[in-house]
Amino acid sequence: MAQAAMNPALATGAAVELHDIQGLVRFAYKHHTEAVFLLLRVRDAGAARAWLAEVAVTRAPTEDATPSTALHVGLTSEGLRAVGVADDVIDAFSPEFVDGMAGDTSRSRRLGDQGPSDPSRWQWGGTNRVPHVAVLLYALPGLLNELQQTVEAQFQAGFEITHRLWTSDMGGLEPFGFVDGISQPELDWQRQRLARDATQTAYLSLSCLGEFLLGYPNEYGLYTTRPLLDPARDPLGILPRAEDAPESCDLGRNGTYLVMRQLSQDVYTFWQALDRYAGGAASTRERLASAMVGRRLNGAPLVKAEAPSPASGLGAPQAALNDFNYLSDPLGTCCPLGAHIRRSNPRNADLPPGGAGIVSLLMRTLGFNAGAREQDFVASTRFHRLLRRGREYGVAVTPAQVLAGQPVPGERGLQFICLGANIQRQFEFVQSAWIMNAKFDGMRDEADPLLGNRLPTAAGMSTDCFSLPQFNGPHERLTGLPQFVTMLGGAYFFLPGIRALRFLSGAYA
Amino acid sequence: MTPQSQFTVVAPVLPGREGALRKLLASMTSQPGMADPKNALLPFGEFRHVHFARLVLLDDPTLGDIEAYGLPRPQRPVYLAFVGDCDGPAHECLAEVARRADPGLRAIFEHCADFDGALLPWMLAHDRPTAASYVNWVGRTVVQIREENALQQTLAARANRAPVDSPAVAQQRRRELIAHVRSEQAAGRLLLTPPQPTPLLWRLAQIANALLVLLIGVIALPFFVVLLPFLIIRLRRLETTDPEICPPPDPAALLELQQIEDYDVTNQYTALGSVKPGWFRRGLLTLVLVAIQFTCRNVFTRGYLARVQTIHFARWVFLDGKARVLFTSNYDGGHQAYMDDFINKVAWGLNLVFSNGLGWPRTDWLITRGARRELQFKFYQRRHQLPTQVWYKAYPGLTLIDLTRNARIREGLEQSRMSDSEALAWLKLL
Repeated sequence: MAQAAMNPALATGAAVELHDIQGLVRFAYKHHTEAVFLLLRVRDAGAARAWLAEVAVTRAPTEDATPSTALHVGLTSEGLRAVGVADDVIDAFSPEFVDGMAGDTSRSRRLGDQGPSDPSRWQWGGTNRVPHVAVLLYALPGLLNELQQTVEAQFQAGFEITHRLWTSDMGGLEPFGFVDGISQPELDWQRQRLARDATQTAYLSLSCLGEFLLGYPNEYGLYTTRPLLDPARDPLGILPRAEDAPESCDLGRNGTYLVMRQLSQDVYTFWQALDRYAGGAASTRERLASAMVGRRLNGAPLVKAEAPSPASGLGAPQAALNDFNYLSDPLGTCCPLGAHIRRSNPRNADLPPGGAGIVSLLMRTLGFNAGAREQDFVASTRFHRLLRRGREYGVAVTPAQVLAGQPVPGERGLQFICLGANIQRQFEFVQSAWIMNAKFDGMRDEADPLLGNRLPTAAGMSTDCFSLPQFNGPHERLTGLPQFVTMLGGAYFFLPGIRALRFLSGAYA
Repeated sequence: MTPQSQFTVVAPVLPGREGALRKLLASMTSQPGMADPKNALLPFGEFRHVHFARLVLLDDPTLGDIEAYGLPRPQRPVYLAFVGDCDGPAHECLAEVARRADPGLRAIFEHCADFDGALLPWMLAHDRPTAASYVNWVGRTVVQIREENALQQTLAARANRAPVDSPAVAQQRRRELIAHVRSEQAAGRLLLTPPQPTPLLWRLAQIANALLVLLIGVIALPFFVVLLPFLIIRLRRLETTDPEICPPPDPAALLELQQIEDYDVTNQYTALGSVKPGWFRRGLLTLVLVAIQFTCRNVFTRGYLARVQTIHFARWVFLDGKARVLFTSNYDGGHQAYMDDFINKVAWGLNLVFSNGLGWPRTDWLITRGARRELQFKFYQRRHQLPTQVWYKAYPGLTLIDLTRNARIREGLEQSRMSDSEALAWLKLL
């Protein structure tokens, strides 16, 4: 089935307008080890618009050599309002984006932003502190300083800087010490996947473009809602027409949403707690830490990757880290069901596994296969992928330094960024139904071992446990996990296409 | 086995009293929408047979949708619905509730237009028949759920979690745990009430009902086959012309719904909508609900409704002479996950029923598209959802997977003999 859908002869669409897409959607800028994220509020709407109209945003070209620096711009719904975008246009964006990440307490409850992570305690993004614009700057080593000075000078008439979110290069490790950023959805830039609604019986990492870009068909073969405007409101004809509604101008096309969350990681508490659980034994400590993540420190998954297949298109080392799923480990005895990477990407398909025949398919569809039902607690992964673009920040501290009791001053963590065309179905779903859910995949009382806020539920049920299923006995249980990660700020941004940015910044009816 | 049953007491609210009633209902909650089990009016926690209950005002903002058919907007009063799922016959449960919460119930129902003061007869007279209802596990009682949860907690705290070296060790550990449970029982700290015998009349009624439905089905089949081509033509015509009414929900209304969600691992869902006009849709819906009721009674009685394993109880109730349908459910997880389950696991089943509802996203051949049209469907269901003013769940913190696992733990405890591998599998449940 997957093969048929991949047939280029059946390809749906016209070529993708890469020149109209911000390069961040396509690239993670791995070689641009220097980066800073500037959070701005509008000082003068006219000057702000003038800067937005002129700013050299990095596009997603095909052949060009890697640019030495990159600049990206996103706006919150408050930001759109502040630069003068009409209310009815803003309201046509998704409700999550319009409300904002800290928009109401029920959203915070869903996302687990409670207790020490409550928006009222955030350094930025909480009530009354929502940024208008985020400017993301990336540079090859040594080039950031100059870029930043130039850019800040350019926009200073229009914007004031409320925060500079610095990042640091930890050499591909996240602050706890694990290799990070291994698994990413692949985007179907060639538009090979058919724009149709068909059951996928195997996990596939190739995502329809519409999952990560507005204006293209998503995994349902449908277009996500976004502002479609009467052409009379675009007299200069800046905007492209909508593929699914050619009579309208598509403000969303080639844009997407950007979720930013500053996650402070308490590396000391993490390794000290693990050392305590392990009774000081180094191998146990590392085993428990790996079980929480689902990968070893070097990134190797706890579930064995398959031999790399030529079709996967991944190099052998990358395939060894990423070419796997959990079909061989239904009970979580190799990789715990609650491990961080298993929660955030369960790698399952639309149907629980079973035989290939039509009878088996029907039985599983109707729920009559008891074995299949046992493996059907988690929603189909392909509708809930995140395209991650985060960066570490702060001064790195190694597990060895922690365990030697060596203090390294300062705070560290992750400037988490993910992109997606549907904040609710992607980021918010993963965060609430998978990461923070104490009942994920049939478990009893545990949220994500790394990200959990450890707060008991309203019914008094604890969420601060971690279970390691064993082949020959009851689950090994760690109880009373301390909080390792605290939210310091966050916001939802719209990352517009280049033409949409020009339109938003000026010629606006 | 004690079968479960449901009640749906529906009565129009006195004009002008709605505000006072809302205030009264709000006084029964500890968190927005969440019933305080000890509230003074209706102390739900005291009713040992009630699984779920809710008090909800049925004020339908979508009544005007029918104007899409050129029909006038009907005048309907705001109803108050008192909805519950209980062990044993519903009338016995209502009688107990009426006996123990007489003043509180009167204070609530006094806001209804035709309340005559005869509390129990009035409630019974206003209990609407369910067109179809679903019970996740027929025979699982509140008492059993609570006792088995206590059992699990005792065993989980006691269990030796070291790996088992040999099969004999698994058997030995199980014996020790059983001995521990027995001593806890003897000390009165743990109760495991044996199940009640299945009521004979209920069982006979089940059989008679199943036979009757099958008989009518067999008799009707030839007529149905003859009419089928005409019905299909009619269906296809309606499917291509029925107006689709799926605008995004009003942000304020959406927020009101979200503000009462996610306090527990289980959530409530109440939705109301009009049936599409015309004999065809009304007849089709009636037929589909009969079929659903039949399968829920006879097939889906053990933990799953097709692929969905997260619904505790659900029901469809006709209102206003089949002009409208009330749907209520109690489901595990968040609303987004519930809707994604609907779309990705049982869109076909949803389309069968709800495509007869006014404005449903367009279907093909009754089961395809429709709910698979993700955003239209999500907008539609949120727009038809009503905030539930008071919602009660008898076992907060527990999901259906927990309930099923706890029941298996108890079964394993009471099983006289186990193989080595069974003993190990049982230990892994703890």
